Amino acid sequence: MAMTVHCDIVSAEEKLFAGLVERVVAAGQLGDLGIEPGHAALLTPLKPGPVRIVKQGGEEEIIYLSGGFMEVQPGSITVLADTAVRADDLDEAAAEEAKAHAEKMLENQSSELDYTLALTQLAEAAAQLRTIQQIREKLGKH
Amino acid sequence: MAVGKEIKEQIASVKSTQKITSAMEKVAVSKMRRAQQRMEKSRPYADKIRAVIGHLANASSEYRHRYLQDRDVKRVGYIVVSSDRGLCGGLNNNLFKRVALQAKDWESKGVSVEFCSIGSKASLFFKSFGGKVVASQSHLGDAPELASLIGSVKVMLEAFDEGQIDRLFIIYNRFVNTMTQSPETVQLLPLKAEQDDALKGHWDYIYEPDAKEIMEGLLVRYVESQVYQGVVENNACEQAARMLAMKNATDNAGGMIKELNLLYNKARQAAITQEISEIVSGAAAV
Repeated sequence: MAMTVHCDIVSAEEKLFAGLVERVVAAGQLGDLGIEPGHAALLTPLKPGPVRIVKQGGEEEIIYLSGGFMEVQPGSITVLADTAVRADDLDEAAAEEAKAHAEKMLENQSSELDYTLALTQLAEAAAQLRTIQQIREKLGKH
Repeated sequence: MAVGKEIKEQIASVKSTQKITSAMEKVAVSKMRRAQQRMEKSRPYADKIRAVIGHLANASSEYRHRYLQDRDVKRVGYIVVSSDRGLCGGLNNNLFKRVALQAKDWESKGVSVEFCSIGSKASLFFKSFGGKVVASQSHLGDAPELASLIGSVKVMLEAFDEGQIDRLFIIYNRFVNTMTQSPETVQLLPLKAEQDDALKGHWDYIYEPDAKEIMEGLLVRYVESQVYQGVVENNACEQAARMLAMKNATDNAGGMIKELNLLYNKARQAAITQEISEIVSGAAAV
């Protein structure tokens, strides 16, 4: 029987694969990599693309990743998969959006926030009114 | 009968409220289960990436990344995770109280605080609380995606890179069990790499292309995954707290209906008694 090594493929949102494998083929930053049991310790980013796993017994499985990292130790292979395609300009755009969102929120323009604020103010006003009525009733009785 | 009409109307209105709250409770129960599963699913990634960073920190000791270095604290950043919707008891308020307390604490030490708000309740809180909000994100829904958090996290990481903040914390509700959720503050940056003496100095990775770049990518992803976990956990807390709040509301409505029914029956009987006595006295007069 062929030698095997333990392999974990995980993303931040879920576990994609865990088990014994005979070989893993992935698209590394500098080219395709075929990892077999006993490979030297290696750390590399992965390009978006398929990862081919040859499971114990020769059965193959292909998992598509939108990038990530692969860590190889003699006794284990760990693939940390990204959940989204990552690129500097894409990340930058997302950051800009988050900043804009914060500014917009503070500028008091978001209608939904105003609605909730108005509701709380209404509740406060109603409570004040109720108290005034209660005080009046008390005064009226005495 | 005119007597009981108002009471009857009130009973009907309480009953319809009860229907809504009990429906919300049931929805929260099923959503909580799914949120808990999501919580479990995101754990292996965080564990693995922490292990890899630990290995890396031990293997290449000659290079210390800035995310691993402690520096003097002049400014701190907080990522505040809240829910998007209300009706979940004191969950968000407890968290915000903690935020206000810690912000005051830092300011008394002469340290200024910057915030990143996640969830619309946090946005609302900062509107009345004040404070410098540099990034904000809301409407993540019941199944938050890591992709939607990347932007906010990047803003905070950039602030750290540029020296605008010297420490980064995340505050969210920790899911203890369905009955208990407690606000928790976790330090994200600088990161404390675990020292593993067994691994030290004996080996190094083959890096493709180089250690610095890989470390950078891994650390960013680590912080993101920690924030994602906080958001997912907070989501489970939200559902659990809502479940409890709605259960209480349903029970209270039940109690109220009981009391109103009693009141209604009393009024009805009083009316009947009065009617009988009127008939009897009328008959006696004839």
